[in-house]
Amino acid sequence: MKTKSQVQINKEWDIVGARQMGRELAKEMGFGTVDQARIATAISELARNIYLYADKGAVTFEIEEDLNKKGLKIIASDQGPGIADLSKVMEDGYSTSGGLGAGLPGVKRLMDYFDIVSEPESGTTITTIKWVR
Amino acid sequence: MEPLDVKNYRSLLKKYIDSEDETSLYQADQFSKLSIQQNISPEEIINVHIQALQELYPNLPKEIDLSMNFLLETMISYGLAYQEFQSLREKQGEIESELSVAANMQDTLLSTTKPEISGFDIGAISVPAHQMNGDYHHFVIDSSKNLGIAIADVIGKGVPAALAMSMIKYSLDSFPDSLRTPDVILENLNRVVERNVDTSMFITMFYGLLNPESGLLQFSSAGHEPGFYYCAKSDEFHEIKTKGIVLGVSESATYEQFDIQMEVGDMVVLLTDGVTECRVGDRFIEPDEMLDVIRKYMHLPAQEAVDLVYRHFERLQDFHLRDDFTLIFLKK
Ligand SMILES: Nc1ncnc2c1ncn2[C@@H]1O[C@H](COP(=O)(O)OP(=O)(O)OP(=O)(O)O)[C@@H](O)[C@H]1O
Ligand SMILES: [Mg+2]
Repeated sequence: MKTKSQVQINKEWDIVGARQMGRELAKEMGFGTVDQARIATAISELARNIYLYADKGAVTFEIEEDLNKKGLKIIASDQGPGIADLSKVMEDGYSTSGGLGAGLPGVKRLMDYFDIVSEPESGTTITTIKWVR
Repeated sequence: MEPLDVKNYRSLLKKYIDSEDETSLYQADQFSKLSIQQNISPEEIINVHIQALQELYPNLPKEIDLSMNFLLETMISYGLAYQEFQSLREKQGEIESELSVAANMQDTLLSTTKPEISGFDIGAISVPAHQMNGDYHHFVIDSSKNLGIAIADVIGKGVPAALAMSMIKYSLDSFPDSLRTPDVILENLNRVVERNVDTSMFITMFYGLLNPESGLLQFSSAGHEPGFYYCAKSDEFHEIKTKGIVLGVSESATYEQFDIQMEVGDMVVLLTDGVTECRVGDRFIEPDEMLDVIRKYMHLPAQEAVDLVYRHFERLQDFHLRDDFTLIFLKK
């Protein structure tokens, strides 16, 4: 069984909304304080990229239940310009903020699973999962 | 000590709060180093602190709890920045070891043996400022027992310069003996460079051909830093005057050939701009100062002399070369 919820990202304030929804779900699912904070930070990065580079999009939450584990899946999707050079973007030290450790490589570190699909002109979808420990 | 064990941390914290002793603080210091070693991020340490605090003082005001959570939240990005720093540091290590493999390979590819020629004494030293050398020198003896000496400098540094030098070396090796006068060699090399090397890279080269029997040195230069000729009879240094455009600029460049008749006691000094543009403090060394240094050592065997001149300049520059340094003495 999957539970779904979604936050639309249209303005900067929506980033906070997405963080809040993610944190509440994480709390309910039994994530510890540190993981809650990590999840919220990852959501921030993803939602902020949508707001900055694609103008609008959505962050969707799903609860993943495997036989023996439970996780929070976060999907950030938009129909923006897409990312041309994915391997560049995933390199440490590439983000425009330069060496602050955040950005997409940071999201990958914060979460347990990370996948990105992006086509120039047709948008970007980033899927991440954090498993409850 | 177990790193990041709540029980351990709790008793350490308790001990400190009770006694305010320096020993606990010293242990906290050890604990933090251990945590760094084990890649434990700051937010995890704060989390352990929160847990220990709650266990020790279950009735702390809610505001303290909340403020600790707030602190944890602010540490997340520090943790990420730290992990990124670690991974970049590993990457740097990889790049450095790759570079040193390349530098070793360059040494092998570009190695040259200093020939023994009766009636002459030769000294040569070439030291890169960084890992890869953008200077090049080469000795070759042709079928008529003439000695060819090449000295070159790539304008541009590091790996690209080193790659360009390998190309120069292999072109030089491939020219037949019949094409071995300095003017013809530079003309041919110029075409190779013009065709194969990026236009932003220039190579300067001096090529000399010595007939050891007669002592006649023929030479041409492609915009290379002028060397010096020491005339024993007048006890004077003269700049070796040449003209010629750097390699790789114009497809049809030709090079004029000059010659010097060497007499016993005379010496030819060939160098790159790493020698002449030696910096002392914030000024370049004067040509006369450089010649004074050369004069000081030139009575010694040629190899010992170039080594000592290098040592002198190395010390002058606080053991930190700014440019690749190549110096050759040819003494009759
Ligand atoms: N959703 C997106 N649509 C289009 N381009 C994107 C998107 N997300 C990221 N990018 C591109 O990828 C680059 C890297 O993104 P990343 O989040 O890693 O760093 P940043 O946003 O530049 O800096 P930081 O997030 O550290 O402030 C961005 O500069 C942007 O060009
Ligand atoms: Mg970003």
